[in-house]
Amino acid sequence: MSQIETFYDVMRRQGITRRSFMKYCSLTASALGLGPAFVPKIAHAMETKPRTPVIWVHGLECTCCSESFIRSAHPLAKDVVLSMISLDYDDTLMAAAGHAAEEAMRDTIEKYKGNYILAVEGNPPLNEDGMFCISGGKPFVEKLKYAAKDAKAIISWGACASYGCVQAAKPNPTRATPVHKVITDKPIIKVPGCPPIAEVMTGVITYMLTFDRLPELDRQGRPAMFYGQRIHDKCYRRPHFDAGQFVEEWDDENARKGYCLYKMGCKGPTTYNACSTVRWNEGTSFPIQSGHGCIGCSEDGFWDQGSFYNRVTDLTQFGVEKNADQVGLAAAGVVGTGIAAHAAISALKSAQRKTQDTRSREEA
Amino acid sequence: MSDYSSTQLTGDATEADRRTITRRTSVYVYEAPVRLWHWINAAAILTLIVTGWFIGSPPPSMQIAEATHQFVFGYIRFAHFAAGMIMTVGFFGRIYWAFVGNSHARQMFYVPLHRKSWWREVWHEIKWYAFLERTPKKYVGHNPLAQIAMFFFMTVGMTFMIVTGMALYAEGLGHGSLLDAIFGPLRDWIGNSMVLHTLHHIGMYFIVIFMMIHIYAAIREDIMSRQSMVSTMISGHRTFKDDDPE
Repeated sequence: MSQIETFYDVMRRQGITRRSFMKYCSLTASALGLGPAFVPKIAHAMETKPRTPVIWVHGLECTCCSESFIRSAHPLAKDVVLSMISLDYDDTLMAAAGHAAEEAMRDTIEKYKGNYILAVEGNPPLNEDGMFCISGGKPFVEKLKYAAKDAKAIISWGACASYGCVQAAKPNPTRATPVHKVITDKPIIKVPGCPPIAEVMTGVITYMLTFDRLPELDRQGRPAMFYGQRIHDKCYRRPHFDAGQFVEEWDDENARKGYCLYKMGCKGPTTYNACSTVRWNEGTSFPIQSGHGCIGCSEDGFWDQGSFYNRVTDLTQFGVEKNADQVGLAAAGVVGTGIAAHAAISALKSAQRKTQDTRSREEA
Repeated sequence: MSDYSSTQLTGDATEADRRTITRRTSVYVYEAPVRLWHWINAAAILTLIVTGWFIGSPPPSMQIAEATHQFVFGYIRFAHFAAGMIMTVGFFGRIYWAFVGNSHARQMFYVPLHRKSWWREVWHEIKWYAFLERTPKKYVGHNPLAQIAMFFFMTVGMTFMIVTGMALYAEGLGHGSLLDAIFGPLRDWIGNSMVLHTLHHIGMYFIVIFMMIHIYAAIREDIMSRQSMVSTMISGHRTFKDDDPE
């Protein structure tokens, strides 16, 4: 077996200068929350350690995750991702097709047994023996299990793989199931989002290469450095939230002034992601900055949380579309009416008894 | 007086209560810490309901100063959190008092489902509220229906609000904080924090409905029953209006 080339080799071969390479290392270090002292460590690892092979499989998904990478902030990150994956297996981005593609996957698994990272975009539907998603002539769930068997770790890339996303929204007819509920014997890193931020992917892979271990994960299995805080915690419109200055209508003066979108149903306060700090499209913007609330796409079951445009959302459990306030006020109304009626009857009854008492006393 | 006094008290009356009633027609039920807790808790809950409502549906935007110098919504949230902390500490204090206080201080923390006599009194109480019973019974502490309400709305309901509330508060403190370590797993188990918000919101109506029933029943009993109600939570003494044997 020939010497596996390093990331640095791949980058240089693609015409990336050393200066840009060092930039990438420092950007990644800060994205991971590491100090400047770690930049040379990352650079050293990228220069000396063999490139981490990545197999990228696609289940039930829309490919928005792949689209997200190729628009990543630092142009180099995109190249890193692409060189990480295109050399091995990615049925969307690779040149090979058909039997040749399947052959490539088999080869990669044989060659890097127990060493490769499996990136899963999308999820397997389990109903009808997985027939709702056929890849390479077989149900995707079989391919997933096959590829996962010899993987070092799995990255659940995107909301589909992490939580199920739209295809798993109620009533989930295909029984689309997140990866961690199908593969239970491998370390799984969830990188939720619809799509997730590209820097998170490159950051995670670089971290694993440099330190030979998984990055710190939170209780849900997400990289803590990217998912440790809510959008709301680092939102640049947060001062307007604390001040009580909100957009009341989409086209009002407050919207033009860039006030807080809480009243427009922004899910920033319930969404763990790095959008408000890392941002999108080369750090240009993120939903809230462009005037629309966060829809909470990196949260479990975000499609089933009622409207994107309300904070107090409908409760579908009651079978009718009513929110907590409507249900609660109706219940309070019923109880209030009951109390009023009860009070009225109580008063009448005691008045009646009093008359009876006086009458019986008079008769006696 | 004669010895009917030993039979005229029902339910939760203790021997000490019976001895007291031979001398006077009032019993010291609610000790000072219980009364203090009741009113602090009432004030905290009222604050929590009003501020909680505004957190779900904020008041109209205000333009008093630049956002940097204006903290209106921040103060509303602060009041909510502060009242929540006071309610939580108070609840722990109340639990402590259930251990060291008199027997009536324990009443709201359990429902004696196993006691036959208790069930008979529940039925009697239901009939009294359904206007099928002419005379109510006399109780030193809570009547059985009130005990059920106290247990489910206050002990269970408040625990639910404290736990969900702390889990939501932990979101602001963030990853790595103590409250996050304690209550974070609940949020992860529920999945989406929006669900937690909704549950906490519904919980408020649970408490609101309790308040309505509680205040109505207390005033109605004060007028129509055979014992004091509202003043008992102020003075601690339950006074009885008659000394009828039944």
